[in-house]
Amino acid sequence: MEQLLLLIFLPLIGAIITAFTGKSAKIASTIFAIASLGLALFIACNFIPNASTQFEANLPWISDLGIRFHAGIDGISTLVVLLTNLLVPIIILSSYKHEYKSPAAFYALILFMQSGLLLVFTAMDAFLFYIGWEAALIPIYFICAIWGGKDRIRINMKFFVYTIAGSLFMLMGIIYLYLQNPAHNFDLQAFYALNLSADQQGWIFWAFFIAFAIKMPVFPFHTWQPDTYTAAPTQGTMLLSGIMLKMGIYGAIRWLLPIVPHGVQEWGNLAIILSIIGIVYASLIAFTQKNAKRLVAYSSIAHVGLISAGIFALNPQGMQGAMVQMLSHGINVVGLFYVLDIIFSRVKTNKIEELGGIAKAAPQLAIVFLIIILGTVALPGTNGFIGEFLLLMGVYNYGIWAAAIAGLTIIFGAVYMLRMYQNVMLGETNSLTITFTDIKGTEKLVLYTICVLIIVLGIYPKPLLHLTEASVQHLLEQVNQKLKQ
Amino acid sequence: MNIIITISITAFLVLYAGLFKANKALLPLTVVGLLTALGFTFCAWNGNAVHYGMMQTDNFALAFSAVCIVGTLLIFLLTQNYFHSKSDNIAEYYTLILFALAGMIMMVSYKNMAMLFVGLEIMSVSLYILAGIRKKDFASNEASLKYFLMGAFSTGFLLFGITLIYGATGSFDLDKIQAYLVSNPQAVSPIFYPGVILMMIGLSFKVGAAPFHFWTPDVYEGSPSLITTFMSTVVKTAGFAAFLRLFAGAFAPLHDFWVVPLIVIVCLTLFIGNVTALFQKNFKRMLAYSSISHAGYLLFSLIVLSKNSENNVLVYATAYTFASIIAFAVLILVKQKTGSDNFESFNGLGKKNPLVALSLTIAMLSLAGIPLTAGFIGKYVMFLNVMGEYQTLLVAFAILNALVGFYYYFKVIVAMWFKDGAEVELSAPAQYKVVLLVSVVITIVLGIYPAIILNLI
Repeated sequence: MEQLLLLIFLPLIGAIITAFTGKSAKIASTIFAIASLGLALFIACNFIPNASTQFEANLPWISDLGIRFHAGIDGISTLVVLLTNLLVPIIILSSYKHEYKSPAAFYALILFMQSGLLLVFTAMDAFLFYIGWEAALIPIYFICAIWGGKDRIRINMKFFVYTIAGSLFMLMGIIYLYLQNPAHNFDLQAFYALNLSADQQGWIFWAFFIAFAIKMPVFPFHTWQPDTYTAAPTQGTMLLSGIMLKMGIYGAIRWLLPIVPHGVQEWGNLAIILSIIGIVYASLIAFTQKNAKRLVAYSSIAHVGLISAGIFALNPQGMQGAMVQMLSHGINVVGLFYVLDIIFSRVKTNKIEELGGIAKAAPQLAIVFLIIILGTVALPGTNGFIGEFLLLMGVYNYGIWAAAIAGLTIIFGAVYMLRMYQNVMLGETNSLTITFTDIKGTEKLVLYTICVLIIVLGIYPKPLLHLTEASVQHLLEQVNQKLKQ
Repeated sequence: MNIIITISITAFLVLYAGLFKANKALLPLTVVGLLTALGFTFCAWNGNAVHYGMMQTDNFALAFSAVCIVGTLLIFLLTQNYFHSKSDNIAEYYTLILFALAGMIMMVSYKNMAMLFVGLEIMSVSLYILAGIRKKDFASNEASLKYFLMGAFSTGFLLFGITLIYGATGSFDLDKIQAYLVSNPQAVSPIFYPGVILMMIGLSFKVGAAPFHFWTPDVYEGSPSLITTFMSTVVKTAGFAAFLRLFAGAFAPLHDFWVVPLIVIVCLTLFIGNVTALFQKNFKRMLAYSSISHAGYLLFSLIVLSKNSENNVLVYATAYTFASIIAFAVLILVKQKTGSDNFESFNGLGKKNPLVALSLTIAMLSLAGIPLTAGFIGKYVMFLNVMGEYQTLLVAFAILNALVGFYYYFKVIVAMWFKDGAEVELSAPAQYKVVLLVSVVITIVLGIYPAIILNLI
């Protein structure tokens, strides 16, 4: 219990301290982020891989309203907690070359957001979940709107209103479940045990699904995403794509499937269709992108579409694939955005056609970029493969036609990703890229870490699957049991 | 009773101090007087004493009295050098504010409708003068006159309502009126119903709920900012307490009858307040319209009467009061510096004075209803209460309105942090810092640990 409380509040304490450190905020925030990573690794190592909730903290909070500070870690949360605490130090390190104005506020907000994210990923109380959900949103809004690029105010307002609209209806759903619960509390297990009619489940499904779909984002709720990713500072984009979109996926697994299985059964087909439309649509748009950052943003929509389809397929392969792919996608997309940021910081452009021949000037960058791209396109032996393979298997078990279309992502992805690589890195150097310097210092550290993770997790993913397996099985059993009633 | 006596005596002492030109003594004297009054509210807690059948200091009354007194105290701290620039007769203004406060204490603790009327008038008459405090200023005069005419008009409605109810029941006493309704539910006199409606209209005027809100924007904008602060926070809170005492108490048995017009008023208030606030270019006017929408949320709790309704209003009113005090305090500072209260004058405040900007940001987040602030808890308990009767559509409507609210509250956040403004140094005087700090602490503490206030009444 103490470990978990420390895990959640350490970044918050770090944020408060960092806010007062002024110029040395980089160092202070790095220390706290690495300490958090150590703590997460400790928890993951001591986690007994079964379906139980461990490190549980269950304290009274607002007793009059039936709200408890109830958090814990089970197989479903371990990977996302690990991902969060792994990516935050990477993201902070990736900012070392930047000199942001008012750095103390910048790094404090990142750590504050980390606390909110961890709260989302460990909450076992719906109200706590909601608090974390919003607590993660406010800092990222400020990060993107203060340190972002062109037109950042309008774009982030759209992003904010979009997400808050979704979450307010989720709040309504949470209140409804609370009122249905005879014990009048927000406990996750009590929500699982509720007996709701199919009609009620349908409504609750939409109240939650829209919030999650906006976060992920699933077509047609994605319109905020490419602009926001492009206008945000790189660290903001990494936080959004690497960690924040996992809130939507995690929320669907934890709060949607087991609570309203009949709703999922009724509307899940639609969700899968939307996801698959999103995959194809985003891939097609990614083909036409001239800006590499936007291309990666669209590819992210395609990848998330597959994960979401895998979840709603409601079988163990799809679910396991989603768990692993959440981790892999987080690592890969952060790597991609970081490489693009390095390129941008040297030549001040991310336009694909203006680049070329960087590989000659920066061979090390070329190699790590290639590894990250191969991970993204799910080459066997990289971390992307195992996740996408399981996801496709899950979708295949749901329906062959769905798998056939969803499988296009892998082909599409390979085409537009490799074409981008070819145009950016290969070919002849031009006047812009001739002076390109290779990666060094923290850049090397971050990118090599990411590459090692991509390869190691690709070759030996068993520990990850092992961590989540029991919980995923248990969750699906719960769902199936409720469906039989 | 002690509370009103203390406040009135303080008011007189301040007036005398003014007579002897002891301007330096005014603020300490007022603060001591208000703190004593606050002490009396704590002493009377759980006492539930009835005073001469006219007033009842139950916990409801005491909790609202405490909010009003603390709010007034903070506003007094903001007066530093404020009235000096407006007029020579500072003591009179202090006295008027104190008298208004005495009237409000009566409004939140009346047991007899006569006291409601007396309290309301003591408060209103003081406010008519305060609104016109800048004698040479056209807008201030306009505000005063408008407020006076509208106030007198609405008092007419209220009085007429009281008369009809007296005609039906033969009493001004709240308990007797309720007993009358409970004992013969089938044979309620036909003149009782128009009485209820007229009183609802009269009180809606006072709290600025649509469609009786037309006076608020002009009066709030024209009055000196400090008086606007007072009117839109403390006065409003007292008005709602009076509303609640009557409708959740005496008229509760007739809930089915008056809930229909109430829902109309709530929906109109939310919609008009929010949508018009959206188009304002002036921060002060935006706050005026947003105060209309908050009136809508406050009335929301009356749609479903439960044992929590009163407490919900207390939570919401507290959250709203302290967040608004922050907003107006910063507004006064900015206006003194830049001479304008448009959104543009907040540009770059985040750079000039991050702590002031941070306070205003927290206030805006609280007014918008973001978690971990008091405003969220306020909205949450309101929604919870109404969802309890499965009035889902109403809650969805209120949520859509809250969404609109995010948009205009964030306008000032955007201006402060994301836009660059003229590099003028802005420093807050010590007393302002105290007010901001106290209000921010209350907002955050109630947001994180609302248990201290949730079951107060």
